[in-house]
Amino acid sequence: MSYPGDPNAIPAPAAATSAPQTETAETIDTVEIIETVGAASQVAPAPGSRDAAYWAKQSAHLKVSAAPGNQVNNVDGRSAVGPLQGFGKMWQKTYRLRLVGCSATPAEVIAAWKENFPKFWPRGNRFYVPLTGIAPGEVAMLTVRPGGMPLSTGVLVLYADDESFTLMTPQGHMFAGWITFSAYRQDDVTIAQAQVLMRANDPIYEVGLRLGGHHAEDKFWKQTLKAVGVHFNVTNEPVESENLCVDPRLRWSYAGNIVHNAAIRTTLLGPTRWFRKA
Amino acid sequence: MADTEITMSVRRVDALISIIDIQGDITAFAEPELMRAYTEATEPSARAIILNFTGLEYMNSGGIGLIVTLMIRMNRLKQRLLAFGLSEHYTHIFELTRLNEAIGVYPTENAAVAAAARER
Repeated sequence: MSYPGDPNAIPAPAAATSAPQTETAETIDTVEIIETVGAASQVAPAPGSRDAAYWAKQSAHLKVSAAPGNQVNNVDGRSAVGPLQGFGKMWQKTYRLRLVGCSATPAEVIAAWKENFPKFWPRGNRFYVPLTGIAPGEVAMLTVRPGGMPLSTGVLVLYADDESFTLMTPQGHMFAGWITFSAYRQDDVTIAQAQVLMRANDPIYEVGLRLGGHHAEDKFWKQTLKAVGVHFNVTNEPVESENLCVDPRLRWSYAGNIVHNAAIRTTLLGPTRWFRKA
Repeated sequence: MADTEITMSVRRVDALISIIDIQGDITAFAEPELMRAYTEATEPSARAIILNFTGLEYMNSGGIGLIVTLMIRMNRLKQRLLAFGLSEHYTHIFELTRLNEAIGVYPTENAAVAAAARER
């Protein structure tokens, strides 16, 4: 559900069901410094539109020249996919933290979030920041461990302005959708927010989400917001969350997305990369 | 970012087709205005809504999300969403976000109305 002061939040449909939750903030461990990967396209403002400089310029086909380390490249050549191209139920998940006592403006919060994005992720997950940072059109590789298994995938920086940025997932990612990170003022308090609009990309991921994946994702983003709070010395505020089922239907016409499943590819191809390196 | 400035007006083509003329910025702030226009456009019996983006001046990712959730709502009600008047920049945004795969995008109002009429 969008807040009146948040221009970046994605509104929820009236018929959606919700399940608000809160979790008390605490200091958490964060990952160490992360290496960088090759830059994608540069952004040249297009004339005529005030927002032109904030949007990615390239096509939805992603290009990554080399995957960092031994990561399987499940991104190069893939298409970016939004919530309309996924298989599972459509969900809108919103996580927000009130930065009470913090004088940082929304722009300052987002600047810090962009700069420290990998450090705010929960331990055990890696986000490889593009050379030019989180900027429109950049492609970032990442490794997460849903259920303990490594999964190599990436994201396209779809949109980025001073008070928000949006990441779009590629084919094979756990979900097809967008994640928007934003900050805004409400009642003289700056609020940091992450909002996901997504469907599971294929039937395997949909099963995984129902068997604990949704809970794990909630935990992931709550920990991330806690880390944002810790960065601004806010440690006692709860992370609010709200999960809305926007569309309960499964989209069987997208069941074939399973051929791009990054979890399967990472599991099958990961060991061969070690052999090739040796 | 300043508050979104947007106005939407509704034109009825016939009992089954309405056009929403958009003027201004589409961010999440546009939700109340879009919902008001949508409600007006669908009463009493419109089955196709055409968004006129000729006057669109600014849109962020929250605005794209707004359109997605409107389209999902309409699909659940067996209604159809179409669009015309997108500039080259916003046509690219629709392609990048792949909204164009779910929303019929047409170059002119006449083409959009004709498409809506064909799909009755």
